[in-house]
Amino acid sequence: MSNSQFTPGVASGRLSADDYTRNFSDIAPRLEPHEARVAADRCYFCHDAPCMTACPTSIDIPLFIRQIATGTPEAAAKTIFSQNILGGMCARVCPTEQLCEEACVRETAEGKPVEIGRLQRFATDSLMEKGTHPFTRDKATGKTVAVVGAGPAGLSAAHRLAMKGHDVTIYDARPKAGGLNEYGIASYKAPGGFAAAEVGWLLKIGGIRIENGKSLGNGLTLDGLKKQFDAVVLAIGLAGVNALRAEGESLANVVNAVDFIAELRQEPDKAKLKIGRDVVVIGGGMTAVDAAVQSKLLGAENVTIAYRRGREKMSASTDEQDHATGVGVRILHNVAPVRVTGNGAAHEVEFAYTEDGPQGLKLSSETFRLKADQVMKAIGQTLSGQPEGLKLDGAKIAVTGAGRTSVPGVWAAGDCAAGGEDLTVTAVAEGRDAAEDIHASLMG
Amino acid sequence: MANLQSNFIGIKSPNPFWLASAPPTDKKYNVERAFEAGWGGVVWKTLGAEGPPVVNVNGPRYGAIWGADRRLLGLNNIELITDRPLEVNLQEIKEVKRKWRDRALIISLMVPCDEESWKDILKRIEGTEADGVELNFGCPHGMAERGMGSAVGQVPEYIEMVTRWVKQYSRMPCIVKLTPNITDVRRPAEAAKRGGADAVSLINTINSITSVDLDSFAPEPTIDGKGTHGGYCGPAVKPIALNMVAEIARSEATRGLPISGIGGVTTWRDAAEFMALGAGNVQVCTAAMTYGFKVVQEMISGLSQYMDEKCMTSTADLVGRAVPNVTDWQYLNLNYVTKAVIDQDACIKCGRCYAACEDTSHQAIDMSADRTFTVKEEECVACNLCIDVCPVESCITMRTLDQGELDKRTGRKVGTYANWTTHPNNPAAKAAE
Ligand SMILES: Cc1cc2nc3c(=O)[nH]c(=O)nc-3n(C[C@H](O)[C@H](O)[C@H](O)COP(=O)(O)OP(=O)(O)OC[C@H]3O[C@@H](n4cnc5c(N)ncnc54)[C@H](O)[C@@H]3O)c2cc1C
Ligand SMILES: Cc1cc2nc3c(=O)[nH]c(=O)nc-3n(C[C@H](O)[C@H](O)[C@H](O)COP(=O)(O)O)c2cc1C
Ligand code: SF4
Ligand code: SF4
Ligand code: SF4
Repeated sequence: MSNSQFTPGVASGRLSADDYTRNFSDIAPRLEPHEARVAADRCYFCHDAPCMTACPTSIDIPLFIRQIATGTPEAAAKTIFSQNILGGMCARVCPTEQLCEEACVRETAEGKPVEIGRLQRFATDSLMEKGTHPFTRDKATGKTVAVVGAGPAGLSAAHRLAMKGHDVTIYDARPKAGGLNEYGIASYKAPGGFAAAEVGWLLKIGGIRIENGKSLGNGLTLDGLKKQFDAVVLAIGLAGVNALRAEGESLANVVNAVDFIAELRQEPDKAKLKIGRDVVVIGGGMTAVDAAVQSKLLGAENVTIAYRRGREKMSASTDEQDHATGVGVRILHNVAPVRVTGNGAAHEVEFAYTEDGPQGLKLSSETFRLKADQVMKAIGQTLSGQPEGLKLDGAKIAVTGAGRTSVPGVWAAGDCAAGGEDLTVTAVAEGRDAAEDIHASLMG
Repeated sequence: MANLQSNFIGIKSPNPFWLASAPPTDKKYNVERAFEAGWGGVVWKTLGAEGPPVVNVNGPRYGAIWGADRRLLGLNNIELITDRPLEVNLQEIKEVKRKWRDRALIISLMVPCDEESWKDILKRIEGTEADGVELNFGCPHGMAERGMGSAVGQVPEYIEMVTRWVKQYSRMPCIVKLTPNITDVRRPAEAAKRGGADAVSLINTINSITSVDLDSFAPEPTIDGKGTHGGYCGPAVKPIALNMVAEIARSEATRGLPISGIGGVTTWRDAAEFMALGAGNVQVCTAAMTYGFKVVQEMISGLSQYMDEKCMTSTADLVGRAVPNVTDWQYLNLNYVTKAVIDQDACIKCGRCYAACEDTSHQAIDMSADRTFTVKEEECVACNLCIDVCPVESCITMRTLDQGELDKRTGRKVGTYANWTTHPNNPAAKAAE
């Protein structure tokens, strides 16, 4: 293999096998038992703990940490899973610095929170690697529920419904279940096929059937599902992407960041993946950061994130931005793309400086150009493929209470539903709560 | 999940975790919160005789010992028995028992040491439908000075006499709560058994002064410049309580007498240890006072996980399992020889083992110029101190010498089992020859 970081254009195999292995291994490996005990010992077992309030799924954090500290991580895991059945994935992907750990009293006291996320992983791994499932189903109710979308929201809803004794069928457009856990999350956060293993473990509850390759609008209709099932949950995420609306968008090597990531997640041999020598990522969120970081990890020489507003407006957390700059990604603020130029394929991007004023963004007349063999668009995902007739709230499905849509018998949860942040843990919470609400209304 | 259902002297509870008679069980509000959190039973805060209730001090009543990071290790109190009217307590007990049928509710009693007083109080509590009584012969402060509590518990004849009255005037199961402030706990236990007690519970608190304020030169807690001895409890007293439980469990005269284990139970593991040494259930006070009632949930999950792992289906499988392995010093094998071994890969070169052994033990650890620490087998008496002070778990271990192997310290080969009773240095052994 003769390619390197300096090979011009878009190429695969820029790095050595060792580099690929290192770059895509577990970014925060599981704590050793002794490390976990010491980390657990730092927890004060707060009354009405602030960390617990900050967790969107309200995991009883002091209880599970105490269970770790007293040598029963399996009991700790059960405490976690009873609130958040995807506690294993959440332990890996939650931006804890903005959630539980930000609220921890030891963060306030010393700037060093109890390592809740890593302790959560320690506990959940301990139980999951035994291959046992900690819950059993209640007596069968004879009720059936259709869940559309096998992402965190759909899986969480399905599990809770199955546990309550209902029979659940999940339909998903993609060939594999897991949603963005399988196709979106940065690969170094959950390596080793964890997403698929977690789905397999979750399904051990029984009573859940998954049909892949079936989608609403393409074979399935909401009316059909409503007729066939006692209730329907829409958990279809945000399947669309925003367009750049800049000249040159259709040139080759101008791609959607989410598609690039999905391909990367599905390719076991990272050396086969092609990446530009000069990569420009447009956007300012988690997707932009993940696309940029993984471009760098695949061996791109220069990777730039270009965001049209200031640093404080970026939706990617400070930790994530630091991680990006730590691996060598450059972040430019207050610049907007004007056009992509190139002869058939992208070659350069022209940017204008912006000013974020009271009247919105203003482009200045001053422009500059960045070399770009590859341009990734990460300017937001949008709702798409949702059935007709549902009331929307902004660009998402309007809901009241625990995910009730404007159509009776139809609930929505996760990214596709209005309200809440677009996070795995929020999707899990919304799926669970919708399930509880469905259970109450079916049985009440 | 293992079944934690407990049956203690015929009193059933969903788990073997009871709250001991103390502030957590002082009134209906607390007890109901405890039951909601999952406690299997409670021993209501000790009731006194009819009449104006006792009074408590109006300044601090607790003292504490902390570990690193302010972990509460020991608690000391100068609180007395309930300071609420008898009538109110009885009414609340009745209401709670009616509402929580599956939980154990025991009434703790302490009245003056005469037959009439006991007869009287037993009649007063009859209508509460409580599951049993516990006789508080333990409280070491305040009440003892009035001839009650540990003043009774320290005289076996009194224990026997009062227990007899209780069995005579009441059909309720009777637990006698013992004070540790005595020299040999077997004597009061035997007395309780002779008096007809269905069980003993132990320990009540230990006479203590937790700390002294070095500015005001007064014991803590300090009331207007003065302090008094109080009752010590919490994790720090567990070793004392475990021994007392074991002594009663293995003693000829009291073997088989049901025991409710108390003293420093803080986690499921503590509870399991008490039970292995013969306690049929456990009672908890300080852990609940430190962390709130929710701690019981970890005790329940931990004990059931442990029982599952050991394939135990009922708590009875655990009770008393360690009793046969408690013996007297004189029967320990003097030909069991071990030596400390330091794992050089694990050692972080802190030198704590060296300081401990060199200064306070047997000068058996060598320290080289490059800070390599090694054990001198010819000096090591296997005392274990280095292991206890080493911050790295399993870095220092004990190697058991094989039979016939040379012990470099004594120059003798390791022999077969032999104990003090036959040892040549034992004058009694010689006399027996
Ligand atoms: C690149 C990227 C990185 C991220 N990183 C993090 C992170 O580190 N931490 C974090 O907390 N969050 C992260 N997120 C956000 C997180 O992944 C989402 O909030 C979460 O996955 C939402 O769950 P969901 O179940 O609502 O939707 P999804 O996970 O999107 O699942 C929706 C499912 O529905 C299916 N579907 C869609 N339309 C249809 C249809 N019409 N018919 C049938 N099936 C359909 C899809 O195939 C998919 O399986 C990231 C998101 C992206 C894009
Ligand atoms: C503040 C306080 C008050 C107590 N009051 C009583 C009492 O009224 N009656 C009694 O039998 N024991 C009383 N005790 C003793 C406890 O019931 C228990 O035996 C002791 O605290 C040991 O258990 P622990 O280590 O779990 O706390 C009291 C303990 C404390 C801390
Ligand atoms: S689910 Fe996420 S936010 Fe909640 S405790 Fe776990 S890591 Fe923290
Ligand atoms: S806030 Fe921090 S210290 Fe307090 S319970 Fe939560 S993790 Fe423990
Ligand atoms: S105490 Fe343990 S870690 Fe420290 S020097 Fe001794 S053997 Fe090494």
